[in-house]
Amino acid sequence: MKELINKVGFPRFIISVFLICLIMLAIYLKIPLSGLISDILVRFGMNAILVLAMIPGIQSGIGLNFNIPLGIIFGLIGALISIEFQLSGFTGLFVSIIIAVSLAIIAGYFYGKMLNKIKGDEMTVGNYVGYSIVSVMCIFWLVAPFTSPELIWAYGGNGLRVTVSLESSIAHVLNDFWHFYIGSVRIPTGLLLFFGFCAFIIWIYSRSSKGLSMIVAGSNPQFAISNGINVDKQRIKGTIISTVLAAIGIIIYSQAFGFLQLYNAPLYSAMPAAAAILIGGATLKKATIIHVLVGTVLFQSLLVVALPVVNIVAEGSMSEVIRTIVSNGIILYALTRKEGELA
Amino acid sequence: MDLLQMKNISKNFAENRVLNDVSFSIKEGEVHGLVGENGAGKSTLMNILFGMPVIQSTGGYEGEIHINGKTFNPTSPDNAMDAGIGMVHQEFMLIPGFTITENIKLNREKTTPTFLSKIFGKRLEKLDLKSMAKDAKAALKKLDMDIDEYVPVAGLPVGYMQFIEIAREIDKTQLKLLILDEPTAVLTESEATRFLEVIKKLSNLGIAILFISHRLDEIKKITDSITIIRDGEVVKTINTDDIEINEIAGLMVGREIELSQKEKDERKIEDEDILDIKNLKVNMPGELVKGLNLTVKKGEILGIGGLAGQGKIGIANGIMGLYEASGTIIKQGKKLLLNNPKEALHSSIAFLSEDRRGVGLLLDHSIEFNIAFSSLEVQGKFLKKIGSLKLIDSKAVRKHALKMIEDLDIRCTGPKQNTRHLSGGNQQKVCIARALTLEPDLLLVSEPTRGIDIGAKNLVLDTLISLNKEFGVTIIITSSELGELRQISDRIAIIYDGKVAGILPPNASDVDFGLLMAGEDIEKVVD
Repeated sequence: MKELINKVGFPRFIISVFLICLIMLAIYLKIPLSGLISDILVRFGMNAILVLAMIPGIQSGIGLNFNIPLGIIFGLIGALISIEFQLSGFTGLFVSIIIAVSLAIIAGYFYGKMLNKIKGDEMTVGNYVGYSIVSVMCIFWLVAPFTSPELIWAYGGNGLRVTVSLESSIAHVLNDFWHFYIGSVRIPTGLLLFFGFCAFIIWIYSRSSKGLSMIVAGSNPQFAISNGINVDKQRIKGTIISTVLAAIGIIIYSQAFGFLQLYNAPLYSAMPAAAAILIGGATLKKATIIHVLVGTVLFQSLLVVALPVVNIVAEGSMSEVIRTIVSNGIILYALTRKEGELA
Repeated sequence: MDLLQMKNISKNFAENRVLNDVSFSIKEGEVHGLVGENGAGKSTLMNILFGMPVIQSTGGYEGEIHINGKTFNPTSPDNAMDAGIGMVHQEFMLIPGFTITENIKLNREKTTPTFLSKIFGKRLEKLDLKSMAKDAKAALKKLDMDIDEYVPVAGLPVGYMQFIEIAREIDKTQLKLLILDEPTAVLTESEATRFLEVIKKLSNLGIAILFISHRLDEIKKITDSITIIRDGEVVKTINTDDIEINEIAGLMVGREIELSQKEKDERKIEDEDILDIKNLKVNMPGELVKGLNLTVKKGEILGIGGLAGQGKIGIANGIMGLYEASGTIIKQGKKLLLNNPKEALHSSIAFLSEDRRGVGLLLDHSIEFNIAFSSLEVQGKFLKKIGSLKLIDSKAVRKHALKMIEDLDIRCTGPKQNTRHLSGGNQQKVCIARALTLEPDLLLVSEPTRGIDIGAKNLVLDTLISLNKEFGVTIIITSSELGELRQISDRIAIIYDGKVAGILPPNASDVDFGLLMAGEDIEKVVD
């Protein structure tokens, strides 16, 4: 038993046990499992790229990128622009992504430059930069020159809605692509494929000579310098890739969700993503695709299964409470681990 | 009666048995040496005795400990301190911003009652600084230390800090046994000599001392008896007078070790200079190089010695571009670009840093990746091309690592093991393997045997010699241990005040080396 816990890791063990209990409870309460599994698959695909965005940050040595709201904002802008021009379907999706990525590269570069000036405090500062950017953008959403009636307030005038429906543009584009059923479980093929594609690129990159330089720079800067690596440059690279993934991630998330969430919504994106990768077994120094897969599956399953179960057993929005406790608790736990130890 | 008796102590870490039936005892006032290779189990034994939490959290130990005949079962360092055991750790445990007095009396402060303390209890009493200072002074005096006890610890020389740690321990009135873990490792030779005198004095005061060290000559000089541990078992406990250093070394590693200088067979040292250093200045804190001139012949092993702080460490770091440098370095007729590590690596120079764990290794990566990375990064080896992508060739990396592990006898669980969990000697071998993989024609080695036990030490030095012989690699070895420089170098440059004080052959007399290190003129010395 002890060996099993050691091998799997304490947090993963606890969460798995909790999850299994919930699933058994769900079966007992006659909640259809197929629906739960379909939900888990969708939520996994929605969130996985945002979790993936944590990898380059950890690899390049800036730690957990709590500033993914930065990337998310440019993802939102990309999506908004494609709606403004009334693009829909895959055209809309790809145009959104292209715009978002190009903006995120620029933003990531400058953010990376800033992080090089505050080495050691990246996570704290990242958090606050995230808050500031989101607040600044709240003003931007109000004065942005968009005119499409789908985007602005129903009563007209200036300013974007708090939530923008994607029904007529890119909603469920990927979820519906090549989807099929196994029994009554719906498989969102396009969504999973797209994540697979992104994960594959990150995996290949982390095995390439350029990616390895970045990983080494992150894991021991002095060692990297003595091997002639420009550490600052590698950190900027990691920040850019992380920001770009966040921008793509929010577009994928929104198309599955069916809505764009503006204003304060991006604030609540970093914690769950950071928690998920930590649950998966990443440390502040080391993260791999496996950690993303395991972490996202566990974290999202927990939420999906907990919601109906808890709503029957107890009352109110317990699911949200559980999500907050789990995500913040796991981040706290990970930050208390020493260097090199597994969370 | 014995002051301390440890009986049949055994300890497992998971499935790993690190101590097996270890028994030994110490009398009052005895200086007892504990020797063994790295990983022999010395530290674990001391952790058990001192009640370190790591022992309890990994399942406790087997066996019995008696102090003055009474059973003693330490579960925390507090227990050990109450029983009169003091320990001076390898790393200093002092608070830099506090004065010497405050450090010595930490958590045992003398206090006088105040108004508040009468209401809220003893924790709010006022510090009685005067009587604390008196105590501190007395403790320092016992160590023959003449230093103002109001000085903050930060900024004091390392040697002083060591003495302050000891003063803290002997200030505890009930101190009966003092454990010293590698106390002289960080001291200069003169400091170490003084330190050993102090030990003698303490033992005359009736305090038993358990002395752990790699330096066998010290052990021989100072202890009354010695316990030798190998692979978690006691090999021998013996009176110091009945054993010779060579024998101790032999028992430690379980085979005979040649301590004297190896016979040199003829090697090819060419007239050609491989490196010509002119007016090199390196801004490395604590090891400033101030306008150094040095030429290195192709194919030789050049030793660089000197006292700590004189700049010998700065030379290699300056050549590699790790610290800001100025001057001219000409390698085989080509001027080397300074302050650029990549350029140095491209010029076929490799470097083994003195800071093995900090600069030399990726502690949380596998052995195979550590070995391959430099050459992958600098020379583009171990890569396979897929389209325009260059990916790491895991098979080639694995194959090379396995070969290196075999060639250098790196003891590990396999090429996938993280280097963090290797012993010092094996970590150094991984560093050497990494440098070898670069196939350099000039290898800079800094303190290659620091913190490495005697068996691994010779393996490391042998490896360097064979590199030089078989592949014609020119080696510049920087070391604080003159003995090891004399063992392998062709010439030895002694650095004083950031410059070369003189170059001596390895068979020059101790006196000559001593004088050069102390900054005497080379002409005077040679006369």
